[in-house]
Amino acid sequence: MSRILSVIKKEYIQMRRDRITLALIFMLPLVQMLLFGYAIQTEVKHIPTVVMDQSLSSESRDMIESFSASGYFDVAYTVDSYDAVTASIDSGKAQVGIIIPPDFTRKLQRNESASIQVLVDASDNMVANQAIATANSIGLLKSQEIMVKNMPSSTLPYDVRVRPWYNPDGITAYYMVPAILGIILTMTMVIITALAIVRERELGTLEQLIVTPLKPYELMLGKIIPYIVLGYLQITVALLVASFFFHVPIRGSLLELYFLTLFFITASLGLGLTISNVAQNQTQAFQMAFFVMLPSILLSGFMFPRQAMPKIIYYLSFFIPLTYYLDIIRGIMLKGIGFSYLIGQVTALLVFSLLMLGVSTAKFKKKLG
Amino acid sequence: MVNSNRVSKRFGENTAVDELSLQIKQGEIFGLVGPDGAGKTTFMRMVCDLLDADAGNITLDDLPANKFPRERIGYMPQKFCLYGDLTISENISFFASLYSLDKKVTAERSQEILRVTGLEGFENRLANKLSGGMKQKLSLTCALMTRPELMVLDEPTYGVDPESRKEFWQILYRLNGTGITILISTPYMDEAELCHRVALINSGKLVACDTPVGLKNIFSNRVLAVKANIRDPYFFDDCPEVMDSSYYSNRFHLLMNNAQTMRPNLSNYILEKGVQDFEIVDIYPSMEDVFAFLAEPRLHTPSAGD
Repeated sequence: MSRILSVIKKEYIQMRRDRITLALIFMLPLVQMLLFGYAIQTEVKHIPTVVMDQSLSSESRDMIESFSASGYFDVAYTVDSYDAVTASIDSGKAQVGIIIPPDFTRKLQRNESASIQVLVDASDNMVANQAIATANSIGLLKSQEIMVKNMPSSTLPYDVRVRPWYNPDGITAYYMVPAILGIILTMTMVIITALAIVRERELGTLEQLIVTPLKPYELMLGKIIPYIVLGYLQITVALLVASFFFHVPIRGSLLELYFLTLFFITASLGLGLTISNVAQNQTQAFQMAFFVMLPSILLSGFMFPRQAMPKIIYYLSFFIPLTYYLDIIRGIMLKGIGFSYLIGQVTALLVFSLLMLGVSTAKFKKKLG
Repeated sequence: MVNSNRVSKRFGENTAVDELSLQIKQGEIFGLVGPDGAGKTTFMRMVCDLLDADAGNITLDDLPANKFPRERIGYMPQKFCLYGDLTISENISFFASLYSLDKKVTAERSQEILRVTGLEGFENRLANKLSGGMKQKLSLTCALMTRPELMVLDEPTYGVDPESRKEFWQILYRLNGTGITILISTPYMDEAELCHRVALINSGKLVACDTPVGLKNIFSNRVLAVKANIRDPYFFDDCPEVMDSSYYSNRFHLLMNNAQTMRPNLSNYILEKGVQDFEIVDIYPSMEDVFAFLAEPRLHTPSAGD
């Protein structure tokens, strides 16, 4: 026990002297949360749009007006040939083209179906999906309007009422900011510990440590505990940014969030330590950390829903601590749920932590070579 | 104190230590000498249980190396292995606490050892800011905190200035005076001379092991020095009487089978080569000579004919 304390004290002194790293650890959540929190918007608005109106009637103008009123389409150009529409989209000046044929008004007046064509640049998936969905619903709404006008007494056969819970206004930041917080936390923790043991190996200090009675688990715990404290400081900075700048609510218990974060921190540290024990030098450790981090960011459900992934990848994402932490942090912050709903996730993180710490302790032999 | 019995260690293709048997007695300063890559560091690491032997065994006071209590052995690696971003006293207290020494004992001992090693007054200096000699003294201090019975020092004076080296050896003698057994490796022959006994190893094998005097006696009456203005290091390669030659700035040291009987032949050889102005002197071999002659594999058993 006293040896663990000695290692902790040593790590603390070293950390305190390494001002730049320390500053980075605090600046990281601040800067990155601000940067990504503002930059990442999954809701795409103001898509540059080119219009070719061959009808030039009040009805066609009304239709175009509906598109731009939705806020999703910015009519940037009006052209009078199909080639010009194609050219605008090809060149990237516009991502959507709306073409209204000459017989648009005539068909409407005859109560026939009046078609309009919407071309979408689907090379950017996110933009395309938004444009398609919005164009479709504008079409439906306008049709409804006319039908109600023509048959004033009738009601619509179905009435679907959607209520988006937890984030009724669909604010992207609510969804993204807690996730970014998790990513920053795991990235810092994994990289920092990945270098922890291997650095001592490179400096040779490990050689001097091995001849002492220090036991592997004592070294591991002594290395980990200061970083847990660091992790908590980091998440505190990140939470302050989240609530002051992005007004992300914390609907559940803050205390519970802090407590459950412990398991995520230990899981990340365990992963980092395992890397540190496998790697031969700091460069290797750094590369391994990156090799692990990228998939865990992309596959955790941070931006891309896990349900959409192929089965094998979906199951793979169960081995990523961030997957569980996203459930925990989004659950507590947005849904306001508590521990009882998150037992599964917490257990998974606990098992992961113990496994990783066990592996790194076992892998760490008190030998050189 | 240390007993190694046909110990071998391989790294892949490369045999670092090859059936090495050595006995280091309680209370002696035992020197390990040999060229780079001879296996000195590997052997010392096995003594300290930092590496496992592939074959053979090492016992310390009749205990296998991995059973020997860590507190009873002090190890100073070749490279400076302490924390550069900690001060002298922080390094000392950290290592002392790993041996579970309490604060009071740590304070007493570190003061005492710092006085011996001459680091007093520098306690709050960062280890990175120390000179090479001071770093070595700090390593020594840390290794001494548990009052070990055996000190294993891997080239402790490598790259340290001559004045600090001398000082370091004075400290070693003082420590040895208190009963500490010292196993030390060194690339410097003048230091080998300071050991009670010296083992010369080459390619992982033991070449010779004796007191410095004993080692030099192998070559007594067999070494001649030639003082001449000859600049060719290979000058004596074609002389059948010369078994080995070492070239120094203004003279050659030559190993002969018998220095006296072969002296005339040597004179003739030099004259035939067209050198007139030379002087042949009988010398008692230095450790440098012993090392140079013994490192030549074909000369391992030259004394058989004596």
